[in-house]
Amino acid sequence: MTFLIQQTLIYAVPLMIVALAGVFAERSGIINLALEGIMIFGAFTGVLFVNLTQKAGIFAAAKAADNWVALQGFELLAMLVAAVLGAVFSLLLSFASVNLRADQTIGGTALNLMAPALVLFLIRILANQNTLQMAEGDAASWFMIKKTTLGFDRTADLGFFGNTFLHKVYLATYVCILLFVVLSIILYKTRFGLRLRSCGENPQAADSLGINVYKMRYAGTTISGALAGMGGFVYALTTANCAATGDVAGFGFLALAVMIFGNWKPLNIAGAALLFGLFKCVAASYASIDINGDGVYLLAQIGVSPHFYRMLPYLITLIVLAFTSKKSRAPKAEGIPYDKGQR
Amino acid sequence: MKQKLSSLYGRDGTKAVLASLISILIGLAVGSVIILIVGLANPALGLSSAWDGIRLVFGGLVSTGRDAAGSLTFGFNPTNMGNMLFRATPLILTGLSVAVAFKTGLFNIGAPGQYLMGTAATLMIALGIPSETVPAWLIWALAFVGGILAGALWGCLPGLVKAFLNINEVLACIMTNWIAANLVTWMFDGSQFRNVVENTKSGYIYKTSFNGVETAKLGLNKLFPNSQVNGGIVIAVVIAVLVYILMSKTTLGYQLKACGSNRHAARYAGINDKRNIVLSMAIAGGLSGAAAALYYLSGNTEFFWSTYQSLPAIGFNGIPVALLAANNPIAVIFTGCFMSMLDIVGLQLTNLTAYNEYITDVIIATIVYLSAFSLLIRMLLDGRKKRKKAMVAQAGGTNTGAGPSSGAQEGGEQA
Repeated sequence: MTFLIQQTLIYAVPLMIVALAGVFAERSGIINLALEGIMIFGAFTGVLFVNLTQKAGIFAAAKAADNWVALQGFELLAMLVAAVLGAVFSLLLSFASVNLRADQTIGGTALNLMAPALVLFLIRILANQNTLQMAEGDAASWFMIKKTTLGFDRTADLGFFGNTFLHKVYLATYVCILLFVVLSIILYKTRFGLRLRSCGENPQAADSLGINVYKMRYAGTTISGALAGMGGFVYALTTANCAATGDVAGFGFLALAVMIFGNWKPLNIAGAALLFGLFKCVAASYASIDINGDGVYLLAQIGVSPHFYRMLPYLITLIVLAFTSKKSRAPKAEGIPYDKGQR
Repeated sequence: MKQKLSSLYGRDGTKAVLASLISILIGLAVGSVIILIVGLANPALGLSSAWDGIRLVFGGLVSTGRDAAGSLTFGFNPTNMGNMLFRATPLILTGLSVAVAFKTGLFNIGAPGQYLMGTAATLMIALGIPSETVPAWLIWALAFVGGILAGALWGCLPGLVKAFLNINEVLACIMTNWIAANLVTWMFDGSQFRNVVENTKSGYIYKTSFNGVETAKLGLNKLFPNSQVNGGIVIAVVIAVLVYILMSKTTLGYQLKACGSNRHAARYAGINDKRNIVLSMAIAGGLSGAAAALYYLSGNTEFFWSTYQSLPAIGFNGIPVALLAANNPIAVIFTGCFMSMLDIVGLQLTNLTAYNEYITDVIIATIVYLSAFSLLIRMLLDGRKKRKKAMVAQAGGTNTGAGPSSGAQEGGEQA
């Protein structure tokens, strides 16, 4: 059970934060189809930052001294770098769709094509292979929080909650959850959030009240890019052992589906992300899931093909969308370039 | 004479071609700049290797390798030409697939999945029917039709959910892509089609030539020696012409385009919009399936069956092919050839320099990005035209302006 919860969280949290990224863009009126591409780019820049910093030996002393506070700071720094560069990358989308009034679907697709191409081009030159890894060690030994890092004894029993939420976890997961809460509050309880949402519903009315629609849309897309870039790095850190391959296996699109399923509302999105995280977790590690701890690996033993489990998240997405799409209410003005002269 | 030129310049088609050419040039320039930056930043590469890379980006098609002194040589290279035509075959068809959907106002990003399903059906038919009892040409025809039908069926799915459940077709297409990727792996996992004869080829399906089924060469291999070209390119061109006729000369084509321009107005005029959406996606899927069929029936291509982690690039590259062609089926033939030329450029880069083929993907992505605001480029061209017009008017001549152009901008339904 502990394993199941941890694995689900690992998949659900990036989904959640990237889906929130989608919310910020769409609520401001820009369809951010480029989430996948920005995730790929963010994952690459974060891993590259870790790789280069390790090569420069900046945190080598901290690692040798087992100074886990410094190492967690290193992790946060890498997340920040991924977020900043994700935001910069997303400027390509906001420039095209706000200033040039381009077709947002095609612009997003362009970014989705651009990110893996650019990333693989650079990875091949940097690493002479198709994967960029950490320069030394692995994600578990550098960044993972374990019992021993927190000062407990190796044999200490922390109880169910301690075992689940304090042992073998990443700080990044909790930072993402915290950010999710804070940003949701900002979106709903502050003046900025209200203005942002109004630009996605009725930009003409917003403009007539003195809100700068262009600025708001830039803000929405940039926050979106930062979150997606960070989510991409967190995904690479927690599920791919801090390696960038120019691919996040359709995770950005799954996040879009989570966003639509969650009806563009943070609380629903958190629930939807947990559900999808569960399916993704089943798909990735069905063979080692022991649901009630009796040593029986049920999912591996009922004889269903592994290909079916891998297909499941996408299949469920389609089915769930089929049932919920009638009720879903997208921001009214999303996808429509704002034109001041238009009535 | 001047009058003639300016009226040619004023035509929508000319402007579309110019806009595409500008996009291509900017794309190639961006690729070159990246090569230059990487070359200068990396001491192992340096300026001379960057210069080699840039020359290959522009002239990879006519590259003939390196001479004894180690510098690049250029000249007519029939092998490259033939390979370009061979690779253009599936690209033209996936380009048509995306273009047809665009004309109906749908963004068919599901071409990779349709392509995969077409691949699976084609290979299973071509390898599953024993060639001792059934003539090879019949197997070929069955496999070709089977691939088209499988693609069409897979294309129907997003069309159906779009028409009846109002699910955004982009999301539906992407989900069906990944479902197809897993499904195809599942179908081939444990099947008798896996190549077990050549043990260096683990993870591959037999070539169709293993069963004696391959596309006729039609003498093209004499024209382009040592290349993979075959009659498939002729079939692709014929299909492109057929799609052109379908879209611009038939009632069905008119209805499809009407749904693309304004779905509600089309329904008001008595056109069954739901049927047309499904039909358009089925045609698009069938074209992607045909792309897969022609690619794998060539007899010298192999399919890596464990494909659940990646989607075929040929499917995605249909998008830039269609966008560059402004969704004109005839223009797709040429843009398909251009995209396959970029493929060849990528191969040359990997073989001859320290750079790799992914730079061509960057170029492609730049072109897609630019085509997102092709309207702006055309407006700039219009601006130039207006200035010219004013000059002509001053000189006492008259000129008829062209209406606002559409094209790539038609596509991209909102979520």
